Amino acid sequence: MKLAFSIAVRFLKSGKIQTWFIILGIAIGVSVQVFIGSLISGLQKSLVDKTIGNSSQITITVPSGEYMDDYSQIISNLSSNVEGIEVYTPTITARGTLLEGTDTSPVVMRGFTFETANQIYNFEEKITEGRMPNSINEIVLGIGFKESLNIELNDQLTFDVPTIGTTNVIVVGFFDFKVQAINTAWAITTLNTVQTALGVGDVVDSIESQIEDGLIFDAVEIAALVQTQFVNNGEGSPEVSNWIDNNEELLSGLQGQSISSIMIQVFVMISVVLAIASVLAIIVMQKSRQIGILKAMGIQNLDASLIFLFEGLILGLLGAIFGVALGLGLSYSFTTFALKADGTPVVPLFIDPGFIALSAAIAVTAALGASLIPARKSSKLSVIEVIRNA
Amino acid sequence: MPNVMELKEITKIYGTKIQTQVLFGINLAFEEGSFNSIIGQSGSGKSTLLNILGSLDRPTAGDIIINGKNTKSLSSKELSDLRNESIGFIFQFHYLLPEFTALENVLMPYRISKKPITKEVLDYANELLDIVGLTKVKNNLAINMSGGQQQRVAIARSLMNNPKIILADEPTGNLDSDSTEQVYELLRKINHQFGTTFIIITHDRHIAEKADRIVEIKDGRINLDITKANA
Repeated sequence: MKLAFSIAVRFLKSGKIQTWFIILGIAIGVSVQVFIGSLISGLQKSLVDKTIGNSSQITITVPSGEYMDDYSQIISNLSSNVEGIEVYTPTITARGTLLEGTDTSPVVMRGFTFETANQIYNFEEKITEGRMPNSINEIVLGIGFKESLNIELNDQLTFDVPTIGTTNVIVVGFFDFKVQAINTAWAITTLNTVQTALGVGDVVDSIESQIEDGLIFDAVEIAALVQTQFVNNGEGSPEVSNWIDNNEELLSGLQGQSISSIMIQVFVMISVVLAIASVLAIIVMQKSRQIGILKAMGIQNLDASLIFLFEGLILGLLGAIFGVALGLGLSYSFTTFALKADGTPVVPLFIDPGFIALSAAIAVTAALGASLIPARKSSKLSVIEVIRNA
Repeated sequence: MPNVMELKEITKIYGTKIQTQVLFGINLAFEEGSFNSIIGQSGSGKSTLLNILGSLDRPTAGDIIINGKNTKSLSSKELSDLRNESIGFIFQFHYLLPEFTALENVLMPYRISKKPITKEVLDYANELLDIVGLTKVKNNLAINMSGGQQQRVAIARSLMNNPKIILADEPTGNLDSDSTEQVYELLRKINHQFGTTFIIITHDRHIAEKADRIVEIKDGRINLDITKANA
């Protein structure tokens, strides 16, 4: 082993330029792997985050006009029996009209318990003016209302729920969700503001939740688990929906992206393997004379093969190390220099050490695999042939 | 003296479709410590004979007994070990490993045997380089040495594992006459000093005549086998 290793090292050192070219070749392959991988997973993560990160991922709703009065019981029951959900928050929604003088605007008044709802919606970060509501009849409006109703902070408005009645509310803040449909439709307030406006007791019409990080794509399975809880308890069957069923197009887009990223990586890998295999095959040809001499001196076939396996291993390891460094450097400069106007990177990269380790391991394995052919050749090499052809 | 190497009815046929017989029932035995030369015209089969003697090639039929072991029954691993321990090779084209220094080349047969390199072993390698007169250039890469120097390194290397037999194929084939004389003297000196058996293939009548025994191969058969009276 030691002998084969030291001969391998010496062979590699004797053709320095050739050796560095192979290492560079592997390194570029690995760096493309690392960079593309980080880029695509970064893209996906940010896309998923932007699309569903600040919304309910599994939602339990009762039919329109019905309410859940034992919602705290349901939540504590789900929390202890269903794994994979980070937070539940009860909500109640009232649809109606906001009136300011002669101006009117339709509104979706959403009541939340902020301690838990903030973990899903991050309301605090989205407030552009004012503060969050902290007592009954205080509301925060989307910035879209500012223009449509021509209102300002601390203005008093009337909230009219058809067939039920009106409530006076006070605007304590404005939010910006960066989604036009929400900015022009939602009002956010406490649970009891909405409960009062609807004239109901301490009830809610839905329970929203967010899935733990990493399990986000298991939403369908988790939702099914949630559904089973209701069947088991015989509490009637509220509807349980999940983000995957609600976002089929996004999902097929993500899948397409994943597949194309895998394709790119597979082809990069294939070209790296072919390059290593062909270069090592050439090295065996170049070194056949030396292998012949070593064999005449009695080196075992296994050791003769090991020389090339070690060459593959050394090339693979060095290539992987430089490749990871290059890939990270590339990723780093991409996030540092390709910036949007507000200073955030155009494409956020997601550096996953596990993925990088995997890319490096694949490169090393590929180099080792590619050296199998020359190793076999070397073991089969006949001393006589070498001496005759010298 | 006992025989260190024996050939019994060795035949060698090359090719499968078109068969060419190169050796026809060769019987030869070499005594321990003897200095032999094998001569013959090119194509006579002498190189094939040497390759078979060195266990680099297997005969089509017949037995080779090296150091009392019939090589027929040995696996390729056992054959490699036997080669490593018992036979030293000196080839016409030196065949040093150009990536290694003179000293490293000399040590290589010992390293192949996978025994640890002790101070004694290193001293012995240095002594061998001293015997062949290359102490000064022992740390030069083989590729940076002259032809004569390389051949002397190859000779030192062939002695490293204290083999009983040294096989030399045209050892002076591409050297000038001065170097040829030096190399011959060196081989003789080693023959006396270590009692190593030499089998030398050569074109050079001059060298051949200095050997204790001359075997001439012609058309794959032994044509002549003379042992000098004083040997």
